Amino acid sequence: MEATQAEQKYNFEVVRWFSIMAVVYLVVGTLVGVLVASQLAWPVLNFDMAELSFGRLRPLHTNAVIFAFGGCVLMATAFYSVQRTCGVRLWSDKMAWFTFWGWNVIIVLAVITLPLGLTQGKEYAELEWPIDLLIAVVWLSYSFNFAMTIAKRKTSHIYVSNWFFLGMMVMITYLHVVNSLAIPVELFKSYSVFSGVQDAMIQWWWGHNAVGFYLTAGFLGIMYYFVPKQAGRPVFSYRLSVIHFWALMFGYVWLGAHHLQYTALPDWTGSLGAAVSLAMIIPSWGGAINGMMTLSGAWDKLRTDYILRFLIMSLAFYAMSTFEGPVMSAKTVNALSHYTDWTVGHVHSGALGWVAMVGAGALYHMVEKLWNTRMYSAALVNLHFWMATIGTVIYITAMWVSGIMQGLMWRDYDEFGTLTYTFAESVAAMHPYYAMRAIGGLIFWAGGVVMLYNVVMTVRQAVGQRSSSAAAATA
Amino acid sequence: MADQIHSTKLQDKVERSVFTMFLMLAVLLSVGGLVEIVPLFFLDDTMEHNKRPEIVWQRQAGQTLADWKAGDGVRPYTALELAGRDVYTREGCYTCHSQMIRPFRDEKERYGHYSLASESMYDHPFQWGSKRTGPDLARVGGKYSDAWHAQHLRAPRSVVPESVMPNYPWLDNNKVDGTRMAKRMRAMKALGVPYTEDDIAAASAVTGKSEMQAVIAYLQVLGTMVKFEEGVDYRE
Repeated sequence: MEATQAEQKYNFEVVRWFSIMAVVYLVVGTLVGVLVASQLAWPVLNFDMAELSFGRLRPLHTNAVIFAFGGCVLMATAFYSVQRTCGVRLWSDKMAWFTFWGWNVIIVLAVITLPLGLTQGKEYAELEWPIDLLIAVVWLSYSFNFAMTIAKRKTSHIYVSNWFFLGMMVMITYLHVVNSLAIPVELFKSYSVFSGVQDAMIQWWWGHNAVGFYLTAGFLGIMYYFVPKQAGRPVFSYRLSVIHFWALMFGYVWLGAHHLQYTALPDWTGSLGAAVSLAMIIPSWGGAINGMMTLSGAWDKLRTDYILRFLIMSLAFYAMSTFEGPVMSAKTVNALSHYTDWTVGHVHSGALGWVAMVGAGALYHMVEKLWNTRMYSAALVNLHFWMATIGTVIYITAMWVSGIMQGLMWRDYDEFGTLTYTFAESVAAMHPYYAMRAIGGLIFWAGGVVMLYNVVMTVRQAVGQRSSSAAAATA
Repeated sequence: MADQIHSTKLQDKVERSVFTMFLMLAVLLSVGGLVEIVPLFFLDDTMEHNKRPEIVWQRQAGQTLADWKAGDGVRPYTALELAGRDVYTREGCYTCHSQMIRPFRDEKERYGHYSLASESMYDHPFQWGSKRTGPDLARVGGKYSDAWHAQHLRAPRSVVPESVMPNYPWLDNNKVDGTRMAKRMRAMKALGVPYTEDDIAAASAVTGKSEMQAVIAYLQVLGTMVKFEEGVDYRE
């Protein structure tokens, strides 16, 4: 039987565990997100407790969704697809398990330290120095194992999904090492070695490329393996994949500076970042088109294949937010959008619409393959799809309105040439949108719960069948 | 089939060797960061005080931080202010408050003169922020009384009804430790912040003060260090 052969040939067990944990962290990470979103609408939800206050939980939310959920998805999919595309088992099983346990220990440490207020105070890089060291070691074990598996492959060429994963691994190593350079003062207290303007530029070089490589290049790697697999069609254009891969690798690195326009960062740096940002729409859409057009001639599958729906909808969100990004990096738009909820909305159209949806599609695909079964309920996959889509749309619409409204209120002048609104008035005006955002997030989170239930039931069913058929074989 | 080249020779070579691909990526991925970051450490234009030294406090020999007066120029934080800054970072204030005023008419009227790079030269890490759920704090120093800040931090909605800020009642109970602060100042000194031995010795005096007092001391110094002159373009 083909499945048993694959089982013996590849290391699927570590992929199974990463996949399960990814679904668990999706639910946990977005639950913290719903809580912090609700705190902004109803501040009483801070409960006057330090460990539950917004400023400490917001980093927990971002770390949980990016590094716990995103990380487990990337590790599950990379370890799965590299074995399948290279036709060989992982280079080292032991190292793969080290990566699994190491990464989960990091997540547990994050859950403990961030609510305690142990932070480096740099966005998306809050974890303190001992955890940073552990991240570096585990990340390198993941990357090295991946590269060595490619090195011993049976195919002549390296498949495109692996290019993207490899690019991500190199860049995240650079970013994490440089941005986290700090001088330790206590076990969980350190100061960044950089200060002021240089620290800001390095932070956003990290910040935007955590998005650009971790959440984009890595997830494009996922797209390049799972979309063709689920659709049963080859990638639309090899040429396009070559061009947009190198353009994306070279270009994305420059974008961080657009987070600092009109600040004390020298104008040349911000403008350079903005110029490259505008150009980035080409490689970004190259990827989106390549993914979507893979379906050409098989669009009817969207009617029946709910997993494919996740993958294709994610590409639509990807195309949308990679259009929005360059627009927001243009200086005139940025002058309005910076510091507002529009940025938060933009991030979530990418994070919920693209990253989480393509991740969910890939996870559903893998669950079926790894346990050699079908999903427990296709209807629940469809339900999750609609909850994720509707939740995301409510979320980003609320943030568009509130963000643009904030920007306009802050700069509005009355007929006497004085500022029309106090800052507090702009805060009060946000309330309905913050409530709406919390509801959108709640729907998205509930969709994640549906997924977790469906995955657990699928696995239970598959394991039950396997043990009963094994019992039948021995009897 | 496997020997046929579908693209260019170079691309084909890269696709056949993971090591070559790794090298190509390692070089290509370093370019953007090198071009945008490294010059910031060397170009004089980056920091305004290279042209206008008066932006930074010119400390005379024997002077302590206590000799500094508002407007004398950018100086290192006192032990109490640094303790307050550490609390500010710990509580994640930067997730809702920026400390970076942009050169726009409305921001000038709302918050004050646009921020200079030199003003955060001793900030390890920087706290410019990226979101204004609450107002910018770059020049909040001196705008409100200490009593207002204490009341606002304990119960924000008692002074600003529209506020969505959490209450911070625990700041009154937590105490600052002078020995700990001396150690932290030493680390800052190692990073190039010009603390004198006297400054560090003075840290012992902060023992027993509350974190509330520390945060307020920090907030009250924000934006008060540089005296701006009318009509001068600091970013020419």
